[in-house]
Amino acid sequence: MKRTARDTEASNRTLNRRTLMLGGAMGAMVAVLGARMRYLQIDQADEFQLLAEENRINIRLIPPERGIIMDRNGKVIAGNEQNYRVVITREAAGDVDLVMRRLAAIIPMTAEEMQASIDEVKSLRAFVPVTVAERLTWEEFSKVAVNAPALPGVVPEVGQSRRYPLDTDFAHVVGYVGPVSEKDLEGLENPDPLLRIPKFQIGKIGVEKWMEDTLRGEAGTKRIEVNSAGRVMRELERQEGTPGLDIRLTIDADVQNFAQARLGSESAAVVVMDVTNGDIICCASSPSFDPNLFVRGISHADYAALTENDHRPLANKTVSGAYPPGSTFKMVTALAALEAGVATPETKVSCPGYIEFGERRFHCWKRSGHGTVRLGRSLSESCDVYYYEIAQKVGIDKIAEMGRRLGLGQRFDIPMSAITEGNMPDKAWKLERHKQEWRIGDTINASIGQGYVLTSPLQLAVMTARIASGRQIVPRLVRMVQDRELPVAEAPALDIAPEHLAAVRQGMYEVVNDEHGTAKSSRIVDPALVMAGKTGTSQVRNITKAEREAGVISNDQLPWNRRDHALFVGYAPYDNPRYAVSVVVEHGGGGSTAAAPIARDVILRALSDGLPPLDAYPSSQRGRIETMLKELPLRDPVTGKPPAPTET
Amino acid sequence: MSFLEYRVKQAPTGIRKILYMNWPLVVLVTAVASVGFLMLYSIAGGNLDTWARPQMERFAVGMVLMFAVAMVPIWFWRSMAGVAYLVAFVLLLIVEFFGTVGMGAQRWIDLGFIRLQPSEMMKFTLVMVLAAYYDWLDPKRVSRPLYVLIPVLLIVTPTVLVLMQPNLGTSLMLILAGATVMFVAGVSLWYFGAVLALGISAIVGVFTLRGTPWQFLHDYQYKRIDTFLDPSADPLGAGYNIIQAKIALGSGGWSGKGFMQGTQSRLNFLPEKHTDFIFTTLAEEFGFVGAFSLLGLYALILGFCLVAALQNRDRFSSLLIIGVAANFFFYIAVNLSMVMGMAPVVGVPLPLLSYGGSAMMVLLVGFGLVQSAHVHRPR
Repeated sequence: MKRTARDTEASNRTLNRRTLMLGGAMGAMVAVLGARMRYLQIDQADEFQLLAEENRINIRLIPPERGIIMDRNGKVIAGNEQNYRVVITREAAGDVDLVMRRLAAIIPMTAEEMQASIDEVKSLRAFVPVTVAERLTWEEFSKVAVNAPALPGVVPEVGQSRRYPLDTDFAHVVGYVGPVSEKDLEGLENPDPLLRIPKFQIGKIGVEKWMEDTLRGEAGTKRIEVNSAGRVMRELERQEGTPGLDIRLTIDADVQNFAQARLGSESAAVVVMDVTNGDIICCASSPSFDPNLFVRGISHADYAALTENDHRPLANKTVSGAYPPGSTFKMVTALAALEAGVATPETKVSCPGYIEFGERRFHCWKRSGHGTVRLGRSLSESCDVYYYEIAQKVGIDKIAEMGRRLGLGQRFDIPMSAITEGNMPDKAWKLERHKQEWRIGDTINASIGQGYVLTSPLQLAVMTARIASGRQIVPRLVRMVQDRELPVAEAPALDIAPEHLAAVRQGMYEVVNDEHGTAKSSRIVDPALVMAGKTGTSQVRNITKAEREAGVISNDQLPWNRRDHALFVGYAPYDNPRYAVSVVVEHGGGGSTAAAPIARDVILRALSDGLPPLDAYPSSQRGRIETMLKELPLRDPVTGKPPAPTET
Repeated sequence: MSFLEYRVKQAPTGIRKILYMNWPLVVLVTAVASVGFLMLYSIAGGNLDTWARPQMERFAVGMVLMFAVAMVPIWFWRSMAGVAYLVAFVLLLIVEFFGTVGMGAQRWIDLGFIRLQPSEMMKFTLVMVLAAYYDWLDPKRVSRPLYVLIPVLLIVTPTVLVLMQPNLGTSLMLILAGATVMFVAGVSLWYFGAVLALGISAIVGVFTLRGTPWQFLHDYQYKRIDTFLDPSADPLGAGYNIIQAKIALGSGGWSGKGFMQGTQSRLNFLPEKHTDFIFTTLAEEFGFVGAFSLLGLYALILGFCLVAALQNRDRFSSLLIIGVAANFFFYIAVNLSMVMGMAPVVGVPLPLLSYGGSAMMVLLVGFGLVQSAHVHRPR
C-alpha cells in the first residue's frame, strides 16, 4: 500500500492544522490557569494573607452527647458527667517533648503515660488534638489554664465521660464503654469519623455495645481560628451534632438492686420476667464488678482480681451461663408426655427408688422410693422414676420439641453480650455432634434435665413465663427509645391443651404449698401473692456405684466447685400470674434450700412497692426474714448511694 | 553549498547526534526540575536528604535514560511500539492479580530493586502504539468506523485495568492523551462531537433522574459524587486540603513570602505538600511572580514540543511528540486546576515537580522519545 505524494501532503496538512488547534486549546487552558492564579494571588491576596498570617483555620469534630440509659421508671443507669481534660495539638506545640515535660510537672502523670502521649501525638496528623490527661480535678485543671503561656498547643477542655451511678448493679446488663480499638475498626467499611477521635469511647459489651448506634448520635463540626501559637481565637462556624437517643430498659433498678444484694457473694443469677409481656424486670448476676473501672482504664491488679476469682464476676450468668436444669426441666417432660397422649395426669407409676435398664441402674433422689406416683406428686415431691418411665414412652424428639416450644435451646434477641443458646438435645443433634446413636439412657438422663440438656437462667424464666401464661412470651429488655414506647405484640397462645397446662401448674402449686412439697418452706402465705414453682438440683459430678453404696457424700463435705447447682423456677401470684422468676445458685447445694428462698424474696420484692411484706412469709420465719432484710446492703432508693460500710 | 550545510541535510550519526538534539527543551526541563528540587528542599525545612536529594538522584538517572533513548533511531522505537504496549499491558494484568497493595490501591510490582508501576509505563507505550498505528494506516481511512474502533479499544482496555486498581487520575490521563493523538491524526470531528454529546447527556440523565424511581445510581453513589464535586461538603476530608491550599496560594500574594518562609506548609497545614500539592508551596513562597513563571516554563516546553511536531515530516514522530506533550499538558492542567480549587481532587502529580521517582523517570524517557524523533527527523 504505497501512498502517493499528494496523499501524504494532504494528511500532513490535516496533522498540522489539528496540531495548531491543539496548541490553541493548550494556550487557552494556560491562560485560564494564569487568570485563576491572578485571581487568587492578587485579587484575593489580602483576604487569604489575613487568614494565613493572623489566624489559621482549623476544623474540629464535636462529639455528640451519648444517650442515657435508664431503668423502666427513668432512674439513670448510665449517664454522662463533666470530664476536665487536657488536649495537645502538635502543630501548635512545636517542641512536643518540652511542652509535655512542663505539663507533667503540674498535673499527675507518670513517665510512661507521658511517653505514650508523646508517641501518640507524633504518630498523628499535626492538627489532630490528642487527649493527654483526663478526669482532672478542678484545681489541676485551673493550673493548666493559668500556665497556658508556657504550654503552647495545650488546651484545657471540658468533655463528657460515661458514668454508671448504680455501678455493680448493672455491670452485666448495660456493660461499659471504652476507647475505640483497632479491633473495633476492623471490618468497618466506612467508619464514622468520630471513631477516629483518639480515645473516643464506644460501647464494649452489653446494652452499651449492642445499642451503640442508637446511643452514639452524630458528630458535629466546628471551624475555629487559631493564632500562630495554636490558641483558639474564635469559632467561625458551628454545626451541632445530633445527640444519641436515650434508652429506657424494662428492668426495675430497685428490684435489680434488691436481687443483687440478696444474692450477696454467691455465684448466682436471678431473672424476673413479666409474664404478661416478656419485660425483663430483673436480670442479676453475682458477683458483679464496677463498670466505672473499665471506663477509666482498669488497672492490671484490678483486672487480675476479676479474672482470677473462681466465682467469675465478669461472666453474665443470667444469659451466658448454661446449666443442666435438673428437676426444673420436669415440666417439659411432663407436658411432652401429656401432649403426646402417652400419659394423663392420672397415670400411675410405681417408684421403687430406681429403675434398671440393661446393665445400668438409674436412681431416684429418694433411695427408698416414692411408691405409687401420679403427675401431681411427681412434681411436688420431684420423683425421678416417674419421668424415667414416661420419657421412655414419649421419646427424646418430642421432649426436645416441647423444650423448644417453651423457649429452651434458642437465643433470644436482646441487646446483651455472650447470650448462650443452651442445648436442647435430640437424636439428630447427637448424631451430628458426637457421631453416635441416641441411646435410651440419654433419654432417661434428659428427662430430669441432666445429661446433655443445658439452659440459661433467662431461658428458664421464659419457660416458666410460658407455662404460667400459656402464651409464647418473648423476653424484652428495651422499653422506650427517646420517649417512644416500643410496641409489644401480644404473644400468640402456646399450642398446648389448657387442661395439660393446668395439671402442670397444679403440680407446681403443690411443690411450694403442699405439706410434702420440696419447696414448702419457701411458700408465700399471703393468699393474693401465692407462688408456684419447681425446685431443681443438678449434679456437676458423677456419683459412682461405690459411693452410692457407701452413702452419697453430702454437699457440705464436697469442695465448693464439686457441689450441686441449686435451681428454682416459679411464678406468682398463682391464680393470676404476673411475674416469673428463675434462680440458679452455682454449687449452692439443694434447690429447695439454696435457690427457692431467694426466688421468693425477689418475686415478693417485684410484686410489692418496697421491701417484701413480712406478713407474706409463714409466721415462724418472720423473725429470721426481718433480720435478713434489714441487713441487706441496699442502695438509697433516691440517691442511689450504696450503704456506708458497717463497722465490725 | 559548504560541507557543513551538506552534512546537516543528512541524519546525524554517532556521538554527533547529541549536537542535533532539541537543546532548548533539555534546558527547560532541567530548569523546571530544579525548581522542584528547590521546593522540596524548602518543604523539608531546609533539609536536603528528606526529599530533594533522592529526587535529584532520580532526575540524574532519568536524564541518562533520556539521552540513551534519544540516541536510538526513531524507527527502532516505531518497530518496538507494539511489543512495548503488549509488555505494559501484561504487566498491568499482573498488578491486577499479584500487585502489592500500597496506599490502598494495587499499583506496582515489587521487583526488589525497583517498584514498577505499569500504569506509568502504559502512558507512553499507549501513545507509541497509537502513533505507530496511524503511521501504518492509510490517512484516507482514519475516520472509517472499524479503524476508529481499533484505537478506541487500544485506549479503553488498559484504562479499565488502571481504573480497577483503582487509579482514577491515571486512567483519566490515558483517555485524554489517547484521544488527543486520535484527534491530531485526523479522526473526523463528528466522532469527538458524538462522544462529547453522549457523555454530557449521560451526565445530565444521571442527575435529572435523581430522586425519581428510574434513577441510575444508588443514593449513596450520588452522595459520593456530591462530595467529589463539592469538597466543602466534606470539610474534614477533601475539603480540608482545598481550603488550606487556597490559603497558601492566596497568602503568597504578588511576590510571595520568600524562600523557606511559607507558613502554611511549614506548619503542616498542607497535606501531600511534597507530592500533589507542591505547587501551593511554590505559590506561597514565590507568589504570583513565581507561580506564573513556572506556568510560563511549562508553556515554553509545550510550545517547543508542538513546534518540533510541526517541523517533523515523519508522521509517527509527529504523533509521538504530540502524545508526549499532551500527556505532559493534561497532568499540568488537572493538577493546577485541582490545587487552585477549580476541579475536584484527583490524585494527579505535577510533572517534574512532585516528589516521586517512577513518574519522573517515565516522563524523562518520554522526552527521550521526543528527542529521538527530533534527532532522527527526515531532512
